Amino acid sequence: MSDIALEVQNLNRAFGALPVARDINLSLQRGARRALIGPNGAGKTTLVNLITGVLKPSSGRVLLNGEDITSTSQAERARRGLARTFQINQLFRGLSVLENVGMAISERDGSSNNLWRAVGTNRVILDEALDHLESLQLVDDALKLVRELPYGRQRLVEIAIALAQKPRVLLLDEPAAGVPSSESHLILDVVASLDPDIAVLIIEHDMDVVFRFAKTITVLVQGAVFTQGTPEEIMANADVRAVYLGQEGHKGGRHS
Amino acid sequence: MAASEGKNPARIEARERGAAYLVRRHRFQWPEAVPWLLAIAAFFLLPDRMTFGGQVLIWVMFALSLDLILGYAGIVTLGHAAFFGIGAYTVGMLIARLGWSEPISSLFAAAVMAALVGFISGWFLLRYRGLTLLMLTLATAIMLQETGNLRSDISGGYDGLPGLVISPLFGKFDYDLYGHVNYLYVLGVLAVVFFFVRRIVYSPFGQALTGIRENVRRMHAIGSPVHRRLVTVYTISAAIAGVAGALFTQTNAYVTLTVFDFDNSAKVMVMLILGGTGRLYGAFVGAVVYMVLEDYFSKLSPTFWQFGIGLLLVLAVLFARRGLLGLLEQAGIGFAKGNKRKKP
Repeated sequence: MSDIALEVQNLNRAFGALPVARDINLSLQRGARRALIGPNGAGKTTLVNLITGVLKPSSGRVLLNGEDITSTSQAERARRGLARTFQINQLFRGLSVLENVGMAISERDGSSNNLWRAVGTNRVILDEALDHLESLQLVDDALKLVRELPYGRQRLVEIAIALAQKPRVLLLDEPAAGVPSSESHLILDVVASLDPDIAVLIIEHDMDVVFRFAKTITVLVQGAVFTQGTPEEIMANADVRAVYLGQEGHKGGRHS
Repeated sequence: MAASEGKNPARIEARERGAAYLVRRHRFQWPEAVPWLLAIAAFFLLPDRMTFGGQVLIWVMFALSLDLILGYAGIVTLGHAAFFGIGAYTVGMLIARLGWSEPISSLFAAAVMAALVGFISGWFLLRYRGLTLLMLTLATAIMLQETGNLRSDISGGYDGLPGLVISPLFGKFDYDLYGHVNYLYVLGVLAVVFFFVRRIVYSPFGQALTGIRENVRRMHAIGSPVHRRLVTVYTISAAIAGVAGALFTQTNAYVTLTVFDFDNSAKVMVMLILGGTGRLYGAFVGAVVYMVLEDYFSKLSPTFWQFGIGLLLVLAVLFARRGLLGLLEQAGIGFAKGNKRKKP
């Protein structure tokens, strides 16, 4: 098996006359820690949607563990080990936290094909769900409905569902977006302690987080890869500062 | 974070609570016996209304089939009468054209035929959602009705197939003029169907349907074969609607193409919404209230009875958004609980 977990080759896509992905090439090693940054409207979420199959590219290929998945469905990609979280929560709001995570496990292991056995009688699923909740410190909220949780806790459920898929590649779309900084450290701790075997791509605006977490940074501008490099290289790159860091007002390397 | 200190006892307790919470949801609760006891009580207390009672129970079953797709999976349809009609005609044709009049096997035949039509139409239609799906399901029912009209030499057209004679139930119980046998027959079939539906909605498959209703985008993202799940439940729902239609033909001893009417598709939806969606017993409450009021208003004023129904709907939309069971649920009555419950 190849060591490249995810590979994007010459990916193109346009919304009408507006190109949103232009000849994007990207590859993630197994266990990679990659940040994807870029100004608003650079096409970061679009790239996640192209990789996960929400959008179809007009040309180019996406490879997962060496297999071409360009023409497979979203669900099939998920079953092959590609998971994502959403910038805006996509949760089962009327269900408990436990059921949200249990749902992902049941779909992964095929239990959801069962029309007869009652939910909750399968201890294996229950135990695994609670393990995930434990590692994200969500156990005390397990029986609460998602919509009754504070937003910061909901963001954790967002990640818990993705982890319950046991992914090999995980795409995190601004995991701490909308969370007050007093709570965001919890989410970022979770991100920092993810299984080292999972290849992780994170979209994040907070440069401190990016520099702390990522081993490699890809800068996306107007749908194209602007540059790519280690955090030090990116920070030293004057062009990147001009298009991105300058705008965002980087807080001056507090990460170090 | 403090919780992670005394780890083992806390862990075990969390696991037990989680299991208890999920299991409590599908365990039989005593308020669930109420509708069934009432149905049996009605048999003894209202012996001269049993023909009407049987029709009510048929509509309960029809509404229950709709709850499975609308209340749980979130599939909107204005063409559910298509499957009711297929079931009704399967029984009618079996008797009129093939001379097959055994009631129980006819029910199975009706279920299979309706499931087949549900599977085929669902396969094509369930790629769509919302208004598009409403129009397509509506069109399906109309197309079936017009097909029947086109081949009125076989279907009997709008004159229908009158005077269908059903064999005695289990070869023993003949149908009396007062509908007593019919009532018990329909009630028995309803109980069996209900048992299956209840199993399904509390299964992992049922949970996945709820997931599709709550957030279909996330279901795709976690690898759920959404289309397959929807086609599966649509097929099951169609089969149940088919059984309801079959019972309709058997209890009335005739069938006409009006079973496919848009009115029926709309009526069953109104009943379900009136009772409350996604909670199984909404079908019971909605169908009974609707049918009893319809009966009452039409005696009160044979020309303007629909005004009463209209008024009821306006009141329901204004004051009981989640249906009559939604109101009861707020008052804290157990069997009203759907899986849209408020507090765990």
